[in-house]
Amino acid sequence: MAGVGGGNDFQWCFAQVKGAIDEDVAEADIISTVEFNYSGDLLATGDKGGRVVIFQREQESKNRPHSRGEYNVYSTFQSHEPEFDYLKSLEIEEKINKIRWLPQQNAAHSLLSTNDKTIKLWKISERDKKAEGYNLKEEDGRLRDPFRITSLRVPVLQPMDLMVEASPRRIFANAHTYHINSISVNSDHETYLSADDLRINLWHLEITDRSFNIVDIKPANMEELTEVITAAECHPNQCNVFVYSSSKGTIRLCDMRAAALCDRHTKFFEEPEDPSSRSFFSEIISSISDVKFSHSGRYMMTRDYLSVKVWDLNMENRPVETYQVHEYLRSKLCSLYENDCIFDKFECCWNGTDSAIMTGSYNNFFRMFDRNTRKDITLEASRESSKPRGILKPRKVCTGGKRKKDEISVDSLDFNKKILHTAWHPKENVIAVAATNNLYIFQDKIN
Amino acid sequence: MSNETEGTKTIEEASTEEQREMEDKVVSPEKVEEAKLNARYPLLVSRPGGSGLLRKRLQKGQKYFDSGDYNMAKAKMKNKQLPTATTEKAEVTGDHIPTPQDLPQRKPSLVASKLAG
Repeated sequence: MAGVGGGNDFQWCFAQVKGAIDEDVAEADIISTVEFNYSGDLLATGDKGGRVVIFQREQESKNRPHSRGEYNVYSTFQSHEPEFDYLKSLEIEEKINKIRWLPQQNAAHSLLSTNDKTIKLWKISERDKKAEGYNLKEEDGRLRDPFRITSLRVPVLQPMDLMVEASPRRIFANAHTYHINSISVNSDHETYLSADDLRINLWHLEITDRSFNIVDIKPANMEELTEVITAAECHPNQCNVFVYSSSKGTIRLCDMRAAALCDRHTKFFEEPEDPSSRSFFSEIISSISDVKFSHSGRYMMTRDYLSVKVWDLNMENRPVETYQVHEYLRSKLCSLYENDCIFDKFECCWNGTDSAIMTGSYNNFFRMFDRNTRKDITLEASRESSKPRGILKPRKVCTGGKRKKDEISVDSLDFNKKILHTAWHPKENVIAVAATNNLYIFQDKIN
Repeated sequence: MSNETEGTKTIEEASTEEQREMEDKVVSPEKVEEAKLNARYPLLVSRPGGSGLLRKRLQKGQKYFDSGDYNMAKAKMKNKQLPTATTEKAEVTGDHIPTPQDLPQRKPSLVASKLAG
């Protein structure tokens, strides 16, 4: 069966897996976000314990030209700590909700990481030289007796073992009453937005004591609350445009040139629903958990509980493409409501050329759709299917009737094994899939 | 004779109604699921309370702590010998009010991520 991502003979192979194998997963180790940087050479993960781990791709060696570089640990640091809000008697979790890379402007790399309340700008820099032979102090730092110095000694830069240091350069705090669900760097490389359940703020990367509120959907009376903001993103090349999605399955596109407060949208995207098929679950499963612009900026993709939809920004009244992720769950909504799984927030991503999209599901399954061929594939991120450079076998869920060999029935799916976070390398067919506390890296088969 | 035709008519009507019901069930598995939920939690479906559901969402995951208890516990601890952190981890109930330093689930965050191992 042909894989998805490019060509009919395309197949995905296991490359690497990071993380512990033990059955008992500590809550802190659960991966909560995965993001490649602009070149794809760096891959960042955040977890529930507030830690960030950055992997760097090794240079392809000349000895093995056919083997792609491996991702190895480059830097790791504690980004956020648990905090207390004394005024409201609340604990603030250290869980990293999102990481977004900044475009690289010098030798250092920078990223934004956020928990529920505070966004931090981290600078990751390399040091591979140190100065030796100081004039006024010994190698161990002790000051030399000035009267014993008889000649001038100029320090020399000597190579040292590479040291990667992460330092928090900016802390953007106290701007969100509700939990931050998204951050997005603007294409102007100067500003970024942060969104919580009811408000969206615009920040300047250099200024931490001020932010502008650009969207506020909080009703005067909270009893009248009908929807919340679920995700927001800046347009990839129009710095005045951004979108935000809601719990009612709608997307609003706003133009910051139109007004200072973008409460009135410029475009409103909503798919008409058949009123006769409406049920108690309709609104819950229509809630959008992720919204992502295509790299081209022409389309955007939204993920709701059962499907992924591609929208043309020029057409507001319905999506241009709809892909079913796990339609078989529609007849399990009652149990999924009872175990809260119906509220799981799956993310979605585009490949570098916008020809394919990927999203996660349950049982450590993830799905890919080829927009051109309309083919789709289900793959699994598990230790069992992870032999070095082993080809991933497509998986299939049996929806009823006779279960064929190698198929898995809906009732056997493990709903605790959810793949919420996935990322696609910006240029190549390399993907990172977070399966609870493990990070899997898959790539295309090199012939 | 007319009775018979009437009889046949009602049978036909009944069968189309059944068909429609069946179609409803076949076409809308969501409605079937809704009925199941209604059977278990009757008030939930009839009063969806959009606002209630959303407020539940907004508060999801928020953990409360009592600053009054916290400060009193800190004051109490000043008079006693400060117990070592490891023994404190075991008792989170009773007299012991958890302090930020020794909330059990926080400890792992001070340890390096296993992804980096």
